[in-house]
Amino acid sequence: MYRQEPAKRVRAIDSKKHWAGVDFKQLFYPHRLNFYNTPPTTEITLDEFEQWAIDRLRILGEIESCLYRNMTAAELQDVIIKKLQKDLLPLGANSAAGGGSKFQDSKIAKQQDERRKDHYSHYTLRLAFARSEDLRKRFLATETILFKLRYNSDDTQERQAFIESLGFDWEFLSVEEKVAMREDLLAGTGTKSNEADAVFEAGFFRVDWEKVYDLVDQRKVLLRGGKAYVPESQQSSLVIAEFTARLEKALEACLLPPQVFSSRRRNRSLTISTQLTARALPRLDEDDRLIPILNHLSRGFIAPEYNTSMTATTLNGASLTAAVIDDLVQYFPMCMRQLHTTLRREKHLLHNGRLQYNLFLKGIGLSVDEALIFWRKSFSRIDDDEFQKKYRYNVRHGYGLEGTRRNYKPMSCQQILTDRRPAANQVHGCPYREVAIDNLVVGLGTMGVSDRDVIRHVREDIEAKKYHVACSRVFEHTHAKELKREKEAGGWSGGLTENIIHPNEYFTRSFGLKNPGSVEATNAIAPPASGGSGQSMEMD
Amino acid sequence: MSDPNSPKEDIALPDAPATPQEFQDADFDSASDSDSPAGKIDVKTEPQTDPPEPASPAKIEIKKEEGGDLDNIFKDEEEEDFFGDDDDADFLASEVGAVSIAPGSGPSDPQVILTFYQRLFPFRPLFQWLNHSPIPCHDFGHREFAFTLQNSAYLRYQSFPTMELLRKEILRLNPSRFEIGPIYSANPRDRKTLHKSAFHPLSKELVFDIDLTDYDEIRTCCDKANICNLCWNFITVAIKVMNAALRDDLGFKHVLWVYSGRRGAHAWICDKRARSLDDAKRRAIVNYLGLVKGGGQAGKKVNIWRPLHPHISRSLNLLKDRFENDILREQDPWRDNERAEKLLQLLPDKTLNDALRKKWDNHPSRPSLNKWADVYDVAKTGVSEGLNPARLKESREEVVLEYMYPRLDAEVSKHLNHLLKSPFCVHPQTGRVCVPIDERDLGAFDPMAAPTVLGLLGEIDAWDKAHKREEKVDDYEKTSLKPYVDYFKTFVNGLLRDEAGVKREREGNSGNSMEF
Repeated sequence: MYRQEPAKRVRAIDSKKHWAGVDFKQLFYPHRLNFYNTPPTTEITLDEFEQWAIDRLRILGEIESCLYRNMTAAELQDVIIKKLQKDLLPLGANSAAGGGSKFQDSKIAKQQDERRKDHYSHYTLRLAFARSEDLRKRFLATETILFKLRYNSDDTQERQAFIESLGFDWEFLSVEEKVAMREDLLAGTGTKSNEADAVFEAGFFRVDWEKVYDLVDQRKVLLRGGKAYVPESQQSSLVIAEFTARLEKALEACLLPPQVFSSRRRNRSLTISTQLTARALPRLDEDDRLIPILNHLSRGFIAPEYNTSMTATTLNGASLTAAVIDDLVQYFPMCMRQLHTTLRREKHLLHNGRLQYNLFLKGIGLSVDEALIFWRKSFSRIDDDEFQKKYRYNVRHGYGLEGTRRNYKPMSCQQILTDRRPAANQVHGCPYREVAIDNLVVGLGTMGVSDRDVIRHVREDIEAKKYHVACSRVFEHTHAKELKREKEAGGWSGGLTENIIHPNEYFTRSFGLKNPGSVEATNAIAPPASGGSGQSMEMD
Repeated sequence: MSDPNSPKEDIALPDAPATPQEFQDADFDSASDSDSPAGKIDVKTEPQTDPPEPASPAKIEIKKEEGGDLDNIFKDEEEEDFFGDDDDADFLASEVGAVSIAPGSGPSDPQVILTFYQRLFPFRPLFQWLNHSPIPCHDFGHREFAFTLQNSAYLRYQSFPTMELLRKEILRLNPSRFEIGPIYSANPRDRKTLHKSAFHPLSKELVFDIDLTDYDEIRTCCDKANICNLCWNFITVAIKVMNAALRDDLGFKHVLWVYSGRRGAHAWICDKRARSLDDAKRRAIVNYLGLVKGGGQAGKKVNIWRPLHPHISRSLNLLKDRFENDILREQDPWRDNERAEKLLQLLPDKTLNDALRKKWDNHPSRPSLNKWADVYDVAKTGVSEGLNPARLKESREEVVLEYMYPRLDAEVSKHLNHLLKSPFCVHPQTGRVCVPIDERDLGAFDPMAAPTVLGLLGEIDAWDKAHKREEKVDDYEKTSLKPYVDYFKTFVNGLLRDEAGVKREREGNSGNSMEF
């Protein structure tokens, strides 16, 4: 470590008036968890600056891709905490260090180093990700999850000490209040009667419901007059909400005019101070060492996305026309089949269904002209005039030719699962989630899936809310022969290497398998989280 | 992707074409003299060019815009009734004479709508409602309005510094309807010149939309866009359930329910606390309130955790009383044995279902009321050994919820920047005015009797015939729109009182700190 001598530090303060009053001492980290309220002030080397940030970034990237795959909280905890503890960002508890002997002193030093790395890497990534709205959002989301995972894995006593150090003022219910509201308090948390006494004894506190909106979201808390009555055990959701709120505020403040960031070339060390993070960015422009690192970091944070430009290829050498869609339906995932059959039956699709299907068709390579023909012909009950008036715009909008002219990407499974759940008369969304299981089995039958075992597994997947796993399972079953052949030919391994996370991926794979040698588009998934090319984030 | 602003129906929205910048930079008082480009409907709303008429209310209006804030506060009340002012009289005399509308014109006739805006639309209360204060401020000036023009073009990101400018633009464009969006961090008209991060929605009323089309699978009386008093009961009971949750649980006070003009109702929750909710919190409320889940093929749509959350058990109590009459007697959804399968689908026990099926096959067209009783009676006879009575009771509760619990259009509520049709617009198809629903007497509201635009204009004529012309009475007071406007004004006054309270407190605090 290259730390600066005190003498030089003093000069630095003199030269920058806005540094007056900032305390350059090494922070002591009493807790394993950190709200990152205080920016780091000591100097670290450029290598540390980069390496620490990359380590943290890898964790955040992993979190994001886990979410993408719809992992449950328990699985996430497993993957991330294991990985964390393994090598990237270890964080030891106080109890592991103890206190007293020399041996333990070195442990404490190590622990402080770990915590410093955690602290600095957080602030470096703040700098890297404060630059666009989208990056900020994702940083906020993944940092929150990281905090939550650590929080849940923290030692109970140390966690309590940490919470007390934050100094929230939560209003605890008096015993009389508690007794008077007993029934409602317990029903509000959904506590079964066998656990009721324990929950009740532990106590409740009262806060504005906005502070625990995730509990409100799940209807897991009693609301009265705008206050939420939170059981002690749910304290975590309050702490986490507070973490998110503070980080969000800090990131937003980044948009204001430049403030402090100083770096000096001498002996390759630098000082980061980013109370309000990206206020700093404009000043950074002069620095030819940090900007490339930060740019690189923010590009490294890329989720796998479906790359449409690559699929706008031709299938079997001819470009796609409206007329062949019916023949291609056999390669479609269930969600798209469902939309297609509904479209054929009703001669109409409601707005969200059109949205989902139109972009999918765009993704498989249907040109806008052909798409207009396709939709025009499909809506056979209406006249030209009505089509022009009500739907043409819609189709073209999807192709980025109207309105904001955004080049919309085909919806991923994630979007289809969560964006807009279908209402009573709509058929968009993910059938594995939205369709009652008995109806789904009928639907599977039409896809040629009647194997009892497969259906049983699909049921289990759905019960576990792993809809994409169910979909992948169906894919593997319906393509079993082809996958096997491919394996023998030395191509892909016997199954899908990964679960389906995009309907267009389903199509491309399906088409490729059933028509071997016809498509180069099979590699149309953009390479995940690598140094990043054009398909990355919109950086404005 | 998804543009959260798209209305539910079948159009995705374009960005507004670049809008005339007339009002943007010019002085407001002088702008009105010159801003009559060719092709504009010549509406003489502000006779500044006329010789001075000292007592004219229109003149007060002008002064208001020039004058200091103090004047405004005192003059505000006098101006309440600007609808009857000379502007309108002038205009109407030259254009329509009496209100009489050419025979055969329908509610969507542009001339009819224009007359409605001129003579009846309550711009003043609408302004106060959105502005939260008598003096024009950003709450109004940075608010997005969106117009659907008569040729169904859609103009987004319109904004107006004052009520009078909004009114003039509406009279100029004569939109068939207009929608209200959020308050932005900057003037929506400037959005193209601003950096993305400098232009974002800040606040908007929390809104809900309940639409009877979402009840199609359970209502037997009507379908699609049709409604009758029987299915309006769904809305009535939905409002009751929602009100209880919004007020007692979430602590909101200013909840305005508005008839949507055809087959549903909108709620506007106007408390400051509600307006400043971000998307995540709006979504949380939607999920807290939403119970009936799943698409067309979802089967059982209500699955809830026990013990029942206090919100659910309270809702259930509100619904239970009406279930027998509204559902079993009036809707009679299971009379047909085929449709009764839907009920069986929701019950937990196969053996019991078989017994019921057998019984009902012998009695074709047995009314739902009896079938519902059968479920309980047949279970009591012990046909099914494995039947868990507690589970059956729960299923019966879930049936009640599935048939009566409010079905919300969730997307409308989730996003801060979703637009919703303004109260007092005219529904283009039905011609009915989107009037507020008096929640103190929900049962009395009859959507089929909601005022229609043609009816209202007729009422003005009838009143004018029966009374002397000199009498100064606002046009809306001559019609059956009056109780609705009065209700809206009362609502707005209540809101303003609370807002003023908040403001005074704030000013009071800063005042103290200024004292030396």
